[in-house]
Amino acid sequence: MAALRWARPSWRVIDMCLAVPGKIVGIEREIDPTLRNAKVDFGGIRKEVSLAFTPEAQVGDYVLVHVGFALSVVDEQEAARIFEMLKQMDELAELEPDQP
Amino acid sequence: MKFIDEYRDAAAVRRIARNIRGLVTKPWTLMEVCGGQTHTILKSGLQDLLPPEITLVHGPGCPVCVTPVELIDQAVEIASRPEVTFCSFGDMLRVPGSSKSLFDAKAAGGDVRIVYSPLDALKLARADTSREVVFFAVGFETTAPANAMAAWQAAREGLKNFSMLMAHVLVPPAMEAILTSADCRVQAFLAPGHVCAVVGFKEYEDIAERFRVPIVVTGFEPLDLLDGVRMAVAQLESGRAVVENQYSRAVRRDGNRAAVERVAEVFEVNHRKWRGIGEIPWSGLKLRDRYTAFDAGLKFGLSGAVVEEPSECISGIVLQGLRKPYECPAFGTQCTPETPLGAPMVSSEGACAAYYLYGRHREERLQPELPGATPHK
Ligand code: SF4
Repeated sequence: MAALRWARPSWRVIDMCLAVPGKIVGIEREIDPTLRNAKVDFGGIRKEVSLAFTPEAQVGDYVLVHVGFALSVVDEQEAARIFEMLKQMDELAELEPDQP
Repeated sequence: MKFIDEYRDAAAVRRIARNIRGLVTKPWTLMEVCGGQTHTILKSGLQDLLPPEITLVHGPGCPVCVTPVELIDQAVEIASRPEVTFCSFGDMLRVPGSSKSLFDAKAAGGDVRIVYSPLDALKLARADTSREVVFFAVGFETTAPANAMAAWQAAREGLKNFSMLMAHVLVPPAMEAILTSADCRVQAFLAPGHVCAVVGFKEYEDIAERFRVPIVVTGFEPLDLLDGVRMAVAQLESGRAVVENQYSRAVRRDGNRAAVERVAEVFEVNHRKWRGIGEIPWSGLKLRDRYTAFDAGLKFGLSGAVVEEPSECISGIVLQGLRKPYECPAFGTQCTPETPLGAPMVSSEGACAAYYLYGRHREERLQPELPGATPHK
Protein backbone atom coordinates (compact mmCIF):
# COMPACT_ATOMS: atom_id res chain seq x y z
CA MET A 1 0.00 0.00 0.00
CA ALA A 2 1.40 3.32 -1.07
CA ALA A 3 -0.10 5.03 1.97
CA LEU A 4 2.00 2.95 4.34
CA ARG A 5 5.17 4.50 3.07
CA TRP A 6 3.85 7.78 4.40
CA ALA A 7 2.84 6.53 7.80
CA ARG A 8 6.32 7.32 9.08
CA PRO A 9 8.17 10.48 8.21
CA SER A 10 11.26 10.31 6.10
CA TRP A 11 14.15 12.05 7.79
CA ARG A 12 16.09 12.22 4.58
CA VAL A 13 13.88 14.78 2.89
CA ILE A 14 15.54 17.92 1.63
CA ASP A 15 16.39 20.28 4.42
CA MET A 16 15.03 23.54 3.08
CA CYS A 17 17.75 25.86 4.28
CA LEU A 18 20.64 23.49 3.96
CA ALA A 19 23.15 23.97 1.21
CA VAL A 20 25.64 21.20 0.61
CA PRO A 21 29.20 21.63 -0.65
CA GLY A 22 30.08 19.69 -3.78
CA LYS A 23 32.88 19.75 -6.33
CA ILE A 24 32.31 20.88 -9.90
CA VAL A 25 33.49 18.07 -12.17
CA GLY A 26 32.23 19.45 -15.44
CA ILE A 27 30.54 22.48 -16.95
CA GLU A 28 28.13 22.31 -19.86
CA ARG A 29 29.11 24.20 -22.93
CA GLU A 30 27.36 27.48 -22.48
CA ILE A 31 24.81 28.51 -25.06
CA ASP A 32 23.52 31.24 -22.80
CA PRO A 33 25.43 32.38 -19.69
CA THR A 34 22.28 32.53 -17.55
CA LEU A 35 21.66 28.86 -18.19
CA ARG A 36 25.12 27.49 -17.45
CA ASN A 37 24.85 24.10 -15.79
CA ALA A 38 27.46 21.98 -14.03
CA LYS A 39 27.91 18.38 -12.97
CA VAL A 40 28.64 18.52 -9.27
CA ASP A 41 30.01 15.63 -7.25
CA PHE A 42 28.72 15.20 -3.69
CA GLY A 43 30.93 12.47 -2.27
CA GLY A 44 30.21 10.12 -5.16
CA ILE A 45 26.71 11.24 -6.07
CA ARG A 46 26.58 13.48 -9.12
CA LYS A 47 23.91 16.04 -9.77
CA GLU A 48 23.09 18.64 -12.35
CA VAL A 49 23.39 22.09 -10.79
CA SER A 50 22.65 25.54 -12.19
CA LEU A 51 25.52 28.03 -12.07
CA ALA A 52 23.20 30.97 -12.83
CA PHE A 53 24.19 32.68 -9.57
CA THR A 54 27.89 31.77 -9.57
CA PRO A 55 29.10 32.85 -13.02
CA GLU A 56 32.69 32.81 -11.72
CA ALA A 57 32.62 29.09 -10.79
CA GLN A 58 35.15 26.84 -12.56
CA VAL A 59 35.75 23.10 -12.81
CA GLY A 60 37.48 21.97 -9.60
CA ASP A 61 35.77 24.61 -7.43
CA TYR A 62 33.64 23.63 -4.46
CA VAL A 63 30.20 25.23 -4.50
CA LEU A 64 27.43 25.35 -1.91
CA VAL A 65 24.34 23.91 -3.58
CA HIS A 66 20.76 24.48 -2.52
CA VAL A 67 17.66 23.19 -4.39
CA GLY A 68 19.55 22.81 -7.65
CA PHE A 69 21.46 26.11 -7.60
CA ALA A 70 25.03 26.90 -6.59
CA LEU A 71 24.77 29.84 -4.18
CA SER A 72 28.40 30.40 -3.29
CA VAL A 73 31.85 29.31 -4.38
CA VAL A 74 33.66 28.02 -1.28
CA ASP A 75 36.80 30.06 -0.70
CA GLU A 76 39.43 27.33 -0.24
CA GLN A 77 42.10 29.63 1.16
CA GLU A 78 39.68 31.07 3.68
CA ALA A 79 38.48 27.59 4.67
CA ALA A 80 42.06 26.48 5.24
CA ARG A 81 42.96 29.67 7.10
CA ILE A 82 40.04 29.37 9.54
CA PHE A 83 40.68 25.69 10.06
CA GLU A 84 44.36 26.39 10.84
CA MET A 85 43.32 29.11 13.26
CA LEU A 86 40.96 26.75 15.01
CA LYS A 87 43.69 24.12 15.17
CA GLN A 88 46.08 26.57 16.79
CA MET A 89 43.42 27.49 19.27
CA ASP A 90 43.15 23.75 19.94
CA GLU A 91 46.80 23.65 20.81
CA LEU A 92 46.48 26.56 23.22
CA ALA A 93 43.41 24.98 24.77
CA GLU A 94 45.34 21.72 25.09
CA LEU A 95 47.68 23.41 27.56
CA GLU A 96 44.80 24.47 29.77
CA PRO A 97 43.24 22.16 32.33
CA ASP A 98 40.10 20.40 31.10
CA GLN A 99 37.88 21.74 33.86
CA PRO A 100 38.11 25.23 35.34
CA MET B 1 40.27 20.04 2.09
CA LYS B 2 36.72 18.87 1.34
CA PHE B 3 34.97 21.35 3.63
CA ILE B 4 32.94 18.76 5.47
CA ASP B 5 35.14 16.27 7.28
CA GLU B 6 37.45 18.91 8.76
CA TYR B 7 34.54 20.79 10.22
CA ARG B 8 33.19 17.62 11.82
CA ASP B 9 36.41 16.67 13.57
CA ALA B 10 35.37 15.49 17.04
CA ALA B 11 38.67 16.30 18.77
CA ALA B 12 38.62 19.84 17.38
CA VAL B 13 35.03 20.27 18.51
CA ARG B 14 35.91 19.21 22.05
CA ARG B 15 38.84 21.58 22.19
CA ILE B 16 36.78 24.57 21.02
CA ALA B 17 34.27 23.64 23.73
CA ARG B 18 37.10 23.78 26.26
CA ASN B 19 38.06 27.18 24.91
CA ILE B 20 34.47 28.37 25.46
CA ARG B 21 34.59 27.09 29.05
CA GLY B 22 37.64 29.27 29.57
CA LEU B 23 35.78 32.34 28.30
CA VAL B 24 32.53 32.14 30.23
CA THR B 25 32.05 33.98 33.51
CA LYS B 26 28.26 34.58 33.45
CA PRO B 27 25.12 32.87 32.16
CA TRP B 28 24.23 33.71 28.56
CA THR B 29 21.34 32.78 26.29
CA LEU B 30 22.09 32.42 22.59
CA MET B 31 19.68 31.69 19.75
CA GLU B 32 20.55 29.86 16.57
CA VAL B 33 17.97 31.12 14.10
CA CYS B 34 18.02 28.32 11.57
CA GLY B 35 16.31 24.97 12.06
CA GLY B 36 19.06 23.22 10.12
CA GLN B 37 21.51 24.41 12.75
CA THR B 38 19.16 23.26 15.53
CA HIS B 39 19.32 19.77 14.06
CA THR B 40 23.12 19.76 13.91
CA ILE B 41 23.28 20.91 17.55
CA LEU B 42 20.92 18.20 18.74
CA LYS B 43 22.32 15.49 16.51
CA SER B 44 25.92 16.04 17.52
CA GLY B 45 25.05 16.67 21.17
CA LEU B 46 26.78 20.06 21.18
CA GLN B 47 24.71 21.23 24.13
CA ASP B 48 26.39 18.64 26.33
CA LEU B 49 29.80 20.06 25.45
CA LEU B 50 28.92 23.60 26.45
CA PRO B 51 29.37 24.91 29.98
CA PRO B 52 26.14 25.07 32.03
CA GLU B 53 26.16 28.88 31.87
CA ILE B 54 25.31 28.77 28.16
CA THR B 55 21.74 28.11 27.05
CA LEU B 56 20.99 27.63 23.39
CA VAL B 57 17.43 28.41 22.39
CA HIS B 58 16.09 27.58 18.98
CA GLY B 59 14.72 30.12 16.55
CA PRO B 60 11.99 30.38 13.95
CA GLY B 61 14.18 29.44 10.97
CA CYS B 62 12.06 26.53 9.82
CA PRO B 63 10.03 27.58 6.76
CA VAL B 64 7.74 24.57 7.08
CA CYS B 65 6.97 25.46 10.70
CA VAL B 66 6.01 29.06 10.10
CA THR B 67 3.84 28.62 6.99
CA PRO B 68 0.36 29.65 8.17
CA VAL B 69 -2.52 27.18 8.27
CA GLU B 70 -4.51 29.09 5.65
CA LEU B 71 -1.71 28.67 3.12
CA ILE B 72 -1.62 24.91 3.76
CA ASP B 73 -5.40 24.91 3.27
CA GLN B 74 -5.00 26.82 0.00
CA ALA B 75 -2.34 24.37 -1.13
CA VAL B 76 -4.67 21.46 -0.35
CA GLU B 77 -7.51 23.16 -2.22
CA ILE B 78 -5.38 23.74 -5.32
CA ALA B 79 -3.81 20.28 -5.18
CA SER B 80 -7.26 18.67 -5.06
CA ARG B 81 -8.26 20.12 -8.43
CA PRO B 82 -8.27 17.57 -11.24
CA GLU B 83 -6.39 19.79 -13.71
CA VAL B 84 -3.53 20.54 -11.29
CA THR B 85 -0.14 18.93 -10.74
CA PHE B 86 0.98 20.30 -7.39
CA CYS B 87 4.73 20.34 -6.69
CA SER B 88 6.28 20.81 -3.28
CA PHE B 89 9.42 20.16 -1.28
CA GLY B 90 8.85 16.91 0.62
CA ASP B 91 8.69 18.46 4.07
CA MET B 92 5.45 20.30 3.37
CA LEU B 93 3.37 17.22 2.61
CA ARG B 94 2.70 16.10 6.16
CA VAL B 95 2.11 19.52 7.69
CA PRO B 96 -1.44 19.61 9.05
CA GLY B 97 -3.75 22.29 7.65
CA SER B 98 -7.02 23.03 9.43
CA SER B 99 -8.47 19.70 8.33
CA LYS B 100 -6.16 18.12 5.75
CA SER B 101 -2.51 17.93 4.76
CA LEU B 102 -1.12 17.81 1.24
CA PHE B 103 -0.52 14.15 1.81
CA ASP B 104 -4.24 13.68 2.49
CA ALA B 105 -4.93 15.48 -0.80
CA LYS B 106 -2.54 13.07 -2.52
CA ALA B 107 -4.14 10.04 -0.89
CA ALA B 108 -7.54 11.32 -2.08
CA GLY B 109 -6.30 11.28 -5.67
CA GLY B 110 -4.67 14.70 -6.04
CA ASP B 111 -1.62 14.82 -8.28
CA VAL B 112 0.93 15.93 -5.65
CA ARG B 113 4.61 15.57 -6.50
CA ILE B 114 7.70 15.99 -4.36
CA VAL B 115 10.36 17.96 -6.19
CA TYR B 116 13.96 18.69 -5.31
CA SER B 117 14.12 22.03 -7.11
CA PRO B 118 11.58 24.50 -8.53
CA LEU B 119 13.21 23.77 -11.90
CA ASP B 120 11.75 20.25 -11.67
CA ALA B 121 8.29 21.83 -11.51
CA LEU B 122 9.14 23.93 -14.58
CA LYS B 123 10.15 20.77 -16.43
CA LEU B 124 6.79 19.20 -15.63
CA ALA B 125 5.01 22.31 -16.91
CA ARG B 126 6.97 22.24 -20.16
CA ALA B 127 6.43 18.52 -20.65
CA ASP B 128 2.63 18.65 -20.43
CA THR B 129 1.04 22.01 -21.19
CA SER B 130 -2.46 20.60 -20.65
CA ARG B 131 -1.79 20.39 -16.89
CA GLU B 132 -1.69 23.37 -14.53
CA VAL B 133 1.60 22.98 -12.66
CA VAL B 134 1.68 24.77 -9.30
CA PHE B 135 4.81 25.04 -7.19
CA PHE B 136 4.59 25.67 -3.43
CA ALA B 137 7.20 28.43 -3.08
CA VAL B 138 8.21 28.03 0.54
CA GLY B 139 11.47 29.06 2.13
CA PHE B 140 13.77 31.73 3.49
CA GLU B 141 16.26 33.89 1.63
CA THR B 142 18.30 30.78 0.79
CA THR B 143 15.54 29.39 -1.41
CA ALA B 144 14.31 32.71 -2.85
CA PRO B 145 16.87 32.91 -5.72
CA ALA B 146 15.90 29.46 -7.02
CA ASN B 147 12.21 30.27 -6.84
CA ALA B 148 12.73 33.70 -8.43
CA MET B 149 14.65 31.98 -11.21
CA ALA B 150 11.73 29.62 -11.85
CA ALA B 151 9.29 32.52 -12.32
CA TRP B 152 11.80 34.45 -14.41
CA GLN B 153 12.42 31.46 -16.63
CA ALA B 154 8.70 30.73 -16.97
CA ALA B 155 8.12 34.35 -18.04
CA ARG B 156 10.97 34.17 -20.53
CA GLU B 157 9.59 31.00 -22.09
CA GLY B 158 6.01 32.30 -21.99
CA LEU B 159 4.82 29.26 -20.01
CA LYS B 160 1.11 29.74 -19.31
CA ASN B 161 0.52 26.65 -17.20
CA PHE B 162 3.01 27.35 -14.40
CA SER B 163 2.31 29.25 -11.20
CA MET B 164 3.58 29.51 -7.62
CA LEU B 165 1.80 29.59 -4.28
CA MET B 166 3.93 32.10 -2.40
CA ALA B 167 4.88 31.40 1.21
CA HIS B 168 8.29 33.06 1.42
CA VAL B 169 9.59 34.50 4.67
CA LEU B 170 12.59 36.63 5.66
CA VAL B 171 14.91 36.26 8.66
CA PRO B 172 15.74 39.82 9.85
CA PRO B 173 12.12 40.92 10.54
CA ALA B 174 11.63 37.75 12.61
CA MET B 175 14.77 38.50 14.63
CA GLU B 176 13.44 41.98 15.30
CA ALA B 177 10.08 40.56 16.37
CA ILE B 178 11.88 38.30 18.84
CA LEU B 179 14.04 41.14 20.16
CA THR B 180 11.10 43.48 20.68
CA SER B 181 8.92 40.88 22.43
CA ALA B 182 8.56 41.64 26.15
CA ASP B 183 9.70 38.13 27.12
CA CYS B 184 12.81 38.16 24.97
CA ARG B 185 15.71 36.39 26.63
CA VAL B 186 18.02 36.13 23.63
CA GLN B 187 21.34 37.91 24.23
CA ALA B 188 23.15 36.93 21.05
CA PHE B 189 22.28 35.35 17.69
CA LEU B 190 23.96 32.81 15.51
CA ALA B 191 22.74 34.07 12.15
CA PRO B 192 21.96 31.53 9.40
CA GLY B 193 25.00 31.14 7.17
CA HIS B 194 23.18 30.02 4.06
CA VAL B 195 20.68 32.88 4.20
CA CYS B 196 23.70 35.21 4.47
CA ALA B 197 25.46 33.47 1.58
CA VAL B 198 22.63 34.90 -0.53
CA VAL B 199 21.87 38.30 1.02
CA GLY B 200 25.09 39.05 2.89
CA PHE B 201 24.99 40.54 6.38
CA LYS B 202 24.68 44.30 6.03
CA GLU B 203 21.11 44.18 7.28
CA TYR B 204 22.29 42.37 10.42
CA GLU B 205 24.75 45.15 11.22
CA ASP B 206 21.81 47.49 11.67
CA ILE B 207 20.08 45.03 14.05
CA ALA B 208 23.27 44.46 16.07
CA GLU B 209 23.66 48.20 16.51
CA ARG B 210 20.05 49.09 17.28
CA PHE B 211 19.47 46.25 19.75
CA ARG B 212 23.03 46.06 21.10
CA VAL B 213 23.04 42.34 20.31
CA PRO B 214 26.04 40.34 19.05
CA ILE B 215 25.32 38.47 15.81
CA VAL B 216 27.67 35.82 14.43
CA VAL B 217 27.05 34.55 10.90
CA THR B 218 27.57 30.82 11.41
CA GLY B 219 27.98 27.72 9.26
CA PHE B 220 26.26 24.38 9.57
CA GLU B 221 28.88 21.84 10.62
CA PRO B 222 29.45 21.03 14.32
CA LEU B 223 32.77 22.89 14.40
CA ASP B 224 31.17 25.93 12.74
CA LEU B 225 28.41 26.03 15.33
CA LEU B 226 30.76 25.75 18.30
CA ASP B 227 33.03 28.37 16.78
CA GLY B 228 29.98 30.62 16.33
CA VAL B 229 29.10 30.13 20.00
CA ARG B 230 32.71 30.90 20.95
CA MET B 231 32.69 34.15 18.96
CA ALA B 232 29.31 35.23 20.36
CA VAL B 233 30.37 34.46 23.95
CA ALA B 234 33.61 36.37 23.48
CA GLN B 235 31.57 39.40 22.37
CA LEU B 236 29.11 39.06 25.26
CA GLU B 237 31.90 38.73 27.82
CA SER B 238 33.69 41.81 26.49
CA GLY B 239 30.53 43.91 26.08
CA ARG B 240 30.75 44.15 22.30
CA ALA B 241 27.75 43.87 19.97
CA VAL B 242 28.73 43.66 16.31
CA VAL B 243 28.27 41.32 13.36
CA GLU B 244 31.08 38.81 12.91
CA ASN B 245 31.39 36.26 10.13
CA GLN B 246 32.34 32.78 11.28
CA TYR B 247 31.36 31.31 7.89
CA SER B 248 33.81 33.38 5.86
CA ARG B 249 34.57 30.48 3.53
CA ALA B 250 31.08 30.84 2.03
CA VAL B 251 29.65 34.20 3.08
CA ARG B 252 30.70 37.63 1.86
CA ARG B 253 29.40 40.87 3.39
CA ASP B 254 27.43 41.77 0.25
CA GLY B 255 26.17 38.25 -0.35
CA ASN B 256 25.63 36.96 -3.86
CA ARG B 257 24.87 39.88 -6.16
CA ALA B 258 23.48 37.88 -9.06
CA ALA B 259 21.08 36.06 -6.73
CA VAL B 260 19.96 39.20 -4.90
CA GLU B 261 19.30 40.96 -8.21
CA ARG B 262 17.18 38.15 -9.55
CA VAL B 263 15.16 38.01 -6.32
CA ALA B 264 14.61 41.79 -6.37
CA GLU B 265 13.53 41.66 -9.99
CA VAL B 266 10.85 39.03 -9.41
CA PHE B 267 9.73 39.52 -5.77
CA GLU B 268 8.94 42.39 -3.45
CA VAL B 269 8.49 42.38 0.34
CA ASN B 270 5.05 42.25 1.92
CA HIS B 271 3.50 41.66 5.33
CA ARG B 272 3.33 38.00 6.22
CA LYS B 273 1.63 35.95 8.89
CA TRP B 274 3.84 33.37 10.64
CA ARG B 275 2.21 30.25 11.99
CA GLY B 276 1.84 30.49 15.76
CA ILE B 277 3.53 33.88 15.89
CA GLY B 278 1.21 36.24 14.02
CA GLU B 279 1.78 38.88 11.38
CA ILE B 280 5.27 40.32 11.12
CA PRO B 281 5.48 43.49 8.99
CA TRP B 282 7.53 43.28 5.79
CA SER B 283 8.60 39.73 6.56
CA GLY B 284 7.47 37.96 3.38
CA LEU B 285 7.97 38.00 -0.37
CA LYS B 286 5.33 38.25 -3.07
CA LEU B 287 5.54 38.34 -6.85
CA ARG B 288 5.96 41.80 -8.37
CA ASP B 289 3.13 43.15 -10.52
CA ARG B 290 4.71 42.10 -13.81
CA TYR B 291 4.91 38.50 -12.55
CA THR B 292 1.36 38.19 -11.15
CA ALA B 293 0.44 35.86 -14.02
CA PHE B 294 2.43 33.27 -12.06
CA ASP B 295 0.65 33.86 -8.76
CA ALA B 296 -1.34 30.71 -8.00
CA GLY B 297 -3.40 32.50 -5.34
CA LEU B 298 -4.74 34.90 -7.99
CA LYS B 299 -4.94 32.32 -10.75
CA PHE B 300 -7.19 30.03 -8.72
CA GLY B 301 -9.13 32.89 -7.09
CA LEU B 302 -8.49 31.70 -3.56
CA SER B 303 -9.96 33.48 -0.60
CA GLY B 304 -7.52 34.98 1.86
CA ALA B 305 -9.69 33.75 4.75
CA VAL B 306 -7.88 33.55 8.07
CA VAL B 307 -8.06 30.20 9.83
CA GLU B 308 -7.83 29.51 13.56
CA GLU B 309 -4.89 27.36 14.57
CA PRO B 310 -5.33 24.32 16.81
CA SER B 311 -4.80 25.52 20.36
CA GLU B 312 -2.79 22.61 21.80
CA CYS B 313 0.28 23.50 19.77
CA ILE B 314 2.53 26.16 21.31
CA SER B 315 4.81 26.25 18.27
CA GLY B 316 4.87 30.05 18.19
CA ILE B 317 6.37 30.16 21.70
CA VAL B 318 8.82 27.38 20.90
CA LEU B 319 9.89 29.08 17.66
CA GLN B 320 10.66 32.32 19.47
CA GLY B 321 12.94 30.48 21.87
CA LEU B 322 10.65 31.14 24.86
CA ARG B 323 10.06 27.48 25.63
CA LYS B 324 11.92 24.30 24.78
CA PRO B 325 9.95 21.68 22.84
CA TYR B 326 9.84 19.26 25.81
CA GLU B 327 8.05 21.96 27.80
CA CYS B 328 5.02 21.64 25.51
CA PRO B 329 2.44 19.45 27.31
CA ALA B 330 1.70 17.61 24.07
CA PHE B 331 5.36 16.82 23.32
CA GLY B 332 5.95 13.10 22.94
CA THR B 333 2.41 12.27 24.10
CA GLN B 334 -0.34 13.55 21.77
CA CYS B 335 2.30 15.04 19.49
CA THR B 336 4.90 12.77 17.89
CA PRO B 337 6.35 12.63 14.38
CA GLU B 338 3.76 9.93 13.55
CA THR B 339 0.84 12.05 14.77
CA PRO B 340 2.06 15.63 14.67
CA LEU B 341 -0.13 18.36 16.13
CA GLY B 342 2.11 21.10 14.85
CA ALA B 343 4.54 21.72 12.05
CA PRO B 344 7.74 21.76 14.20
CA MET B 345 7.13 18.04 14.84
CA VAL B 346 6.81 17.35 11.10
CA SER B 347 9.60 19.22 9.45
CA SER B 348 13.13 17.91 9.18
CA GLU B 349 14.13 21.38 10.39
CA GLY B 350 11.59 21.62 13.21
CA ALA B 351 12.87 21.95 16.78
CA CYS B 352 10.23 19.58 18.22
CA ALA B 353 11.17 16.85 15.73
CA ALA B 354 14.85 17.38 16.55
CA TYR B 355 14.28 16.94 20.28
CA TYR B 356 12.07 13.91 19.72
CA LEU B 357 14.36 12.31 17.18
CA TYR B 358 17.54 12.70 19.20
CA GLY B 359 15.88 11.58 22.44
CA ARG B 360 16.22 14.92 24.19
CA HIS B 361 12.98 14.69 26.13
CA ARG B 362 13.83 12.71 29.24
CA GLU B 363 17.02 14.16 30.69
CA GLU B 364 16.19 17.72 29.75
CA ARG B 365 12.83 17.67 31.47
CA LEU B 366 14.78 17.57 34.71
CA GLN B 367 16.21 21.01 34.09
CA PRO B 368 14.48 24.01 35.68
CA GLU B 369 11.51 25.45 33.80
CA LEU B 370 12.12 28.46 31.64
CA PRO B 371 10.32 31.67 32.60
CA GLY B 372 6.69 31.90 31.47
CA ALA B 373 5.90 33.20 28.06
CA THR B 374 3.03 34.49 26.00
CA PRO B 375 2.91 34.33 22.23
CA HIS B 376 3.99 37.39 20.32
CA LYS B 377 1.00 38.88 18.48
S1 SF4 C 1 5.47 19.35 20.58
FE1 SF4 C 1 3.88 19.33 18.96
S2 SF4 C 1 2.15 20.46 19.85
FE2 SF4 C 1 3.97 20.97 21.09
S3 SF4 C 1 4.82 22.82 20.14
FE3 SF4 C 1 5.88 21.08 19.19
S4 SF4 C 1 4.68 20.66 17.34
FE4 SF4 C 1 3.36 21.95 18.66
